[in-house]
Amino acid sequence: MNFYDTLFYFFAIITLVSAGIVVFSRNIIYSAFSLLFTFFGVAGIYVLLNADFIAVSQLLIYVGGILVLLLFGVMLTNKVVNVEMKTGTLQTFPASILVAVTAGALCAVFYVTDWKIVSSVADVPNTANILGEMFMTTYILPFEVISIVLLVALVGAALIARKETPIKN
Amino acid sequence: MNITLTHFLIISAILFSLGIYGVITRRNAIMVLMGIELILNAANINFVAFARYGGMHMDGQAIAVFVIVLAAAEAAIALAIVLNIYQRFNTVNVDEVSSLKE
Repeated sequence: MNFYDTLFYFFAIITLVSAGIVVFSRNIIYSAFSLLFTFFGVAGIYVLLNADFIAVSQLLIYVGGILVLLLFGVMLTNKVVNVEMKTGTLQTFPASILVAVTAGALCAVFYVTDWKIVSSVADVPNTANILGEMFMTTYILPFEVISIVLLVALVGAALIARKETPIKN
Repeated sequence: MNITLTHFLIISAILFSLGIYGVITRRNAIMVLMGIELILNAANINFVAFARYGGMHMDGQAIAVFVIVLAAAEAAIALAIVLNIYQRFNTVNVDEVSSLKE
């Protein structure tokens, strides 16, 4: 087992264990914080896959943005002072069966399929240059569209979330 | 035993299944959102893994960037909606919020 394999199993265990805590923990604050470690582990896996730019984006956007947003959501919609952070679960038994079947089927397909391995990105020194060129040439239309989508979504989110008129109860 | 494409794919399969489990079983809307984030991460691992091993070259990584951006937009919008639901219904449990109009 060389260094690469050890790192892979390290990040894999971090990702899967903390994802398990996210899903199975009763306390929503524990879930939100262990989501941090899930995102971190996924970023490590991106590094192992020679995707340095994606890994840094993952850390900046997920850990720095989305996770903070989720924590704000938790704090604003739960009664923190009343210690009512426990969240209930529904239909755990049928869901477990469904999820076990899904996971088994996916893993079986991934394991049985004879993938044609083309090691292509391995010899690229850094991916940021190539990605930047691709966004300005091949992917120029999706790039512009997604910029507008992000702008509109953020403006819309700010508009939806703010209190305009007091709601009469 | 060397790490190959299958290892990454199996990780993403397990992550995807955990996300599905969270989306199905949790009552809190924010927990459902966390499950969706797990699912998007699993999909992203697949894209990047196929970019590395499967001959997608850099296209897989470009698509992964688009997925991350869309996840950010989705999280912002969904949390705004959840905050509005909380103001109106005083709860964020998805099984109690079942009326479209009062």
